[in-house]
Amino acid sequence: MNAQPTELQDLYRNTVLEHSRTPRNFGRIDDADRQAEGHNPLCGDKLTVYLKIPGDHIDTVHFEGVGCAICMASASLMTEVVAGQSIDAARNTSESVLGTFADPDRDAENLPGQVPALAGVRSYPSRIKCATLPWKTLIQALSGESLIATTE
Amino acid sequence: MSANKASLQTTVSDAVELDVARIRQDFPILQQELNGHRLAYLDSAASAQRPAAVIDAISQYYEHDHANVHRGVHTLSHRATDAYEGAREKVREFINAESIREIVFTRGTTEAINLVANALGEQLQAGDEVILTQLEHHSNIVPWQMLAERRGIELKVIPINSAGELVLDGLDDLFSDRTRLLTVSHVSNALGTINPVGELVAAARKRGVLTLLDGAQAIPHTAIDVRQLDCDFYAFSGHKMCGPTGIGVLYAREAVLAELPPWQGGGDMILTVSFSGTTYNELPYRFEAGTPNIAGAVGLGAAVDYLSAIGMARIAAHEHQLLEYATDRITGISGLQLVGTATHKTSVLSFNVDDIHPHDLGTILDHQGVAIRTGHHCAMPVMEHFGIAGTARASLALYNDRDDIDQLIDAIHRAVEMFR
Repeated sequence: MNAQPTELQDLYRNTVLEHSRTPRNFGRIDDADRQAEGHNPLCGDKLTVYLKIPGDHIDTVHFEGVGCAICMASASLMTEVVAGQSIDAARNTSESVLGTFADPDRDAENLPGQVPALAGVRSYPSRIKCATLPWKTLIQALSGESLIATTE
Repeated sequence: MSANKASLQTTVSDAVELDVARIRQDFPILQQELNGHRLAYLDSAASAQRPAAVIDAISQYYEHDHANVHRGVHTLSHRATDAYEGAREKVREFINAESIREIVFTRGTTEAINLVANALGEQLQAGDEVILTQLEHHSNIVPWQMLAERRGIELKVIPINSAGELVLDGLDDLFSDRTRLLTVSHVSNALGTINPVGELVAAARKRGVLTLLDGAQAIPHTAIDVRQLDCDFYAFSGHKMCGPTGIGVLYAREAVLAELPPWQGGGDMILTVSFSGTTYNELPYRFEAGTPNIAGAVGLGAAVDYLSAIGMARIAAHEHQLLEYATDRITGISGLQLVGTATHKTSVLSFNVDDIHPHDLGTILDHQGVAIRTGHHCAMPVMEHFGIAGTARASLALYNDRDDIDQLIDAIHRAVEMFR
């Protein structure tokens, strides 16, 4: 029932704190090819993901919004990972990340880039939604539908 | 003369301070460590904890006395009915209602408000108006919005100022000859503001407007006298006052309740049923369809006994002192902003620290055994007023002590260090 690790640093690793303080690729893209808005109604986390996709591949990913450190760091790390990927690859990456966030038994080291730094969130059931919101919003943006992604 | 008497009572109650160490022993749940730390439970505004007396009363009822109420001729049914109706009488006395006919058991405050919105709502016409405030919990907003959609009534909102207090300057203009109800929280759940309900009720009654007070956050902290408050409805929940979840009360002035149609149909709320017509039961049973939460009522009765034995005046005095201590300490933290600084407050500290998100704060505090609530506290219009997504909220109850506050302060410092 109480699966929390004894060390708070497992959740707030330096990478996470650093990305939340100084998020990469933060800001609106006015002429985005695709964009989607994500919202976690329980805690008020809200962000928009912007994509520039000149051909088959994602050229630029930006996000803007407000949220907790976990949400901001997850979004920041995400933009680093999926830039340059094809639409299909980015979708697969996102699904895989979401699957690993949802399952504490999956090996977090297979997560791309610096995303393994977020794996500690799996011990905090009430906080997993904070980490998943950016990725769900990205999937929404990739699908080209202008719906609002939510964690509910 | 009466003023002398009142001040004398205050002196007596202040003289006998609450023995918090002993009270803490009454609460089994507080006797545990959480994440390797002493538990500092500072989330009683969300739900308070229960003393063993309440837990035992519920066990005792299920082990010895349970059957359905108001029905059987057998002994257990009599005992269950006595227990259930005994709890109603305890509640009546606790809030000084005139008659048990005015005490309707509900699932909680939310259902009590919905009861009024539905039953009274049946009698409202398009264009009728309900006044509420920006300080309300969603449970005292949404039922009225739903009624507005259903019946075309209009909602008027009393605004708040930067301290989180109601602004009553424009109150006269909010009333019109179409105003039917004024509904307001006695105490704000998000900020702890104690609203000037005496003034508001008087303003409404002068114009023949009904009044509903949401007492969910007031009833655990101060003595409630519905006759003195002079309101038509007073709603509260068991679980905020050391009683069980799933039980609450709607007090309704008998003359007003008698004129309302039933809102849920079923057993217990009828006298006779036939396909040629059904006659409804007397008050308050007409508003309690179906088998009620008997054990919940029994537990609530035990909570009333527990709080009464300690004395609400002593509880209020203890919490006031602790709030002053906590406010003093917490405002000493650099970068911390208190949200809600009303002159009259109960034991709630709503705050933000630097730009640390409340949820991060909540997780870090939890790691140090400190349980607080984070987020919008079901009061999004309040958050909107302050231009924030949410706050961290520490809320006090009779069983909290200075150690809890010190632990909170240390934990906040730890969070600030982490995010520096």
